[in-house]
Amino acid sequence: MSVHLILFLAFGAVCVAGAINLLAQTHPINSALSLIAVMAALAGEYLLLGAEFVAAVQVIVYAGAIMVLFVFVIMLLNAGVEERTQGSRVAFLFGIPSLLLGSILLAWVVLHHSGTETVAVGSLPGDPATIGQLLFHEFLLPFEITSVLILIAIMGAVVLASKPPTSPAGISAGRAD
Amino acid sequence: MREFFESLANWFFVDPIRIYILSSVIKSAVVLVVLLTAVAYTVWLERKVVGHMQNRWGPTRVGPFGLLQPAADGIKFLFKEDLTPPHVYKPLFLAAPLIAVIFALTSIAVIPFGNAITIRGYSIPLQVTDVNTGLLLILGVTSIGVYGVALAGWSSNNKYSLLGGLRASAQMVSYEISLGLSLVGVLIMSGSFSLREIVHAQQGHFLGIIPRWNIFHGQFIGFFCYLMAAYAETNRIPFDLPEAETELVAGYHTEYSAMKFAMFFMAEYANMITVACLATLLFFGGWNGPLFGPRILQVVLPVFWFAAKIFGFLFLYIWVRGTLPRFRYDQLMSFGWKFLLPLSLMNLVATAIAVAW
Repeated sequence: MSVHLILFLAFGAVCVAGAINLLAQTHPINSALSLIAVMAALAGEYLLLGAEFVAAVQVIVYAGAIMVLFVFVIMLLNAGVEERTQGSRVAFLFGIPSLLLGSILLAWVVLHHSGTETVAVGSLPGDPATIGQLLFHEFLLPFEITSVLILIAIMGAVVLASKPPTSPAGISAGRAD
Repeated sequence: MREFFESLANWFFVDPIRIYILSSVIKSAVVLVVLLTAVAYTVWLERKVVGHMQNRWGPTRVGPFGLLQPAADGIKFLFKEDLTPPHVYKPLFLAAPLIAVIFALTSIAVIPFGNAITIRGYSIPLQVTDVNTGLLLILGVTSIGVYGVALAGWSSNNKYSLLGGLRASAQMVSYEISLGLSLVGVLIMSGSFSLREIVHAQQGHFLGIIPRWNIFHGQFIGFFCYLMAAYAETNRIPFDLPEAETELVAGYHTEYSAMKFAMFFMAEYANMITVACLATLLFFGGWNGPLFGPRILQVVLPVFWFAAKIFGFLFLYIWVRGTLPRFRYDQLMSFGWKFLLPLSLMNLVATAIAVAW
């Protein structure tokens, strides 16, 4: 029962508890805070794997920027408390057994397949220099395409949120130039 | 007396694990005590300096030169009635100052104060923990500190607090980007995220006189960007619209009284000190300075230079506070996105080109 295993279980427990709490809470701000706890626990897990750069970036980007924007939206739109509905009986009757069956199947496949040995911690490099090398040499094209994709998303958001043109007179006056 | 210290040292320096645990505990305790005292006396310094700039004395009555004023303030905050208004959302109302203070005090853990001390062959670094990605950790902790402000504003259930909290968090998130980018210039020149390595890369002199600090070594624009972004991150004048008394009652900490308000105050000044530490480490050579004298002085002098540079920074912060008017919110946001972000990007590109050649 090494310290590593204890820490892994601790972070994993926080992660799962946060995720379940996210679903169970009625007020969206509590769900957002549970999601922040999940992100932070995941950063801890990455750190346990030796990926220090990814852990730090997870905290900076996910927990520190994306979730702040989620929290902003919840605050600005004044999202109220969610109503509790009855829940569908069909989902209960079919959902839980199939979920159990799916997880048993997945566990059996993972445990009995021969190619899934664990990797020792620290055997793979996680330092920023190596990641930088990989990102800008082997994976340069996916990196650039991802940045273009994010740019498209930003432009789409700006177009969707912009004000529509005000009046026909305004448009034709612009065209008369 | 000497035998007492000898036996203490014999008990202490037994094996590396015990040394590590004990030295970490001692270092954490010392750093925390020093930081909290520094926060209290930064408040005193601010009141005195701004007072003198406004042609009046600051606090003078409570001790010689008003030096016991922080103690008096602390006692006042402890004994004030801690009011929790009935309309607030209690869990977050209580948690927000905790979040602000915890993350303001956490980032001091990776800041190195001086060279490593070598006693009996064991080298103890003057840093609570020496992490490889120290700079990223500070950025991460700064990002999480935004939640203290946002949740305080929202949970107060009060339109002034909500607006103040939202404005403050939007401002902090916007200027984090320029903050990070201005630090990348230093990273390119030092080649490492570890703060100790960055300081080591700034040892030595040009032409025998000019120290090899990053600010003289090409990062002047980077320093300027960092300074602006840091003023905005810590919500200080000229960027302190979210907590301005005349604008939004008191912004996000309107509904807080007594100790919780003091915690927000402490968090703000602790953030100022952290930012000053970081600027010293990254742009002004950290603890590098002239060393002379016997061995005990050689150990203490780097810490003294570090403290002197931080004092210079805090004085600059307070000087700017006493001098400039504050920005309007739209001026603030357009400055951050339309001027500072392109400037830090250009600084990054110029530094990268200069290093690649």
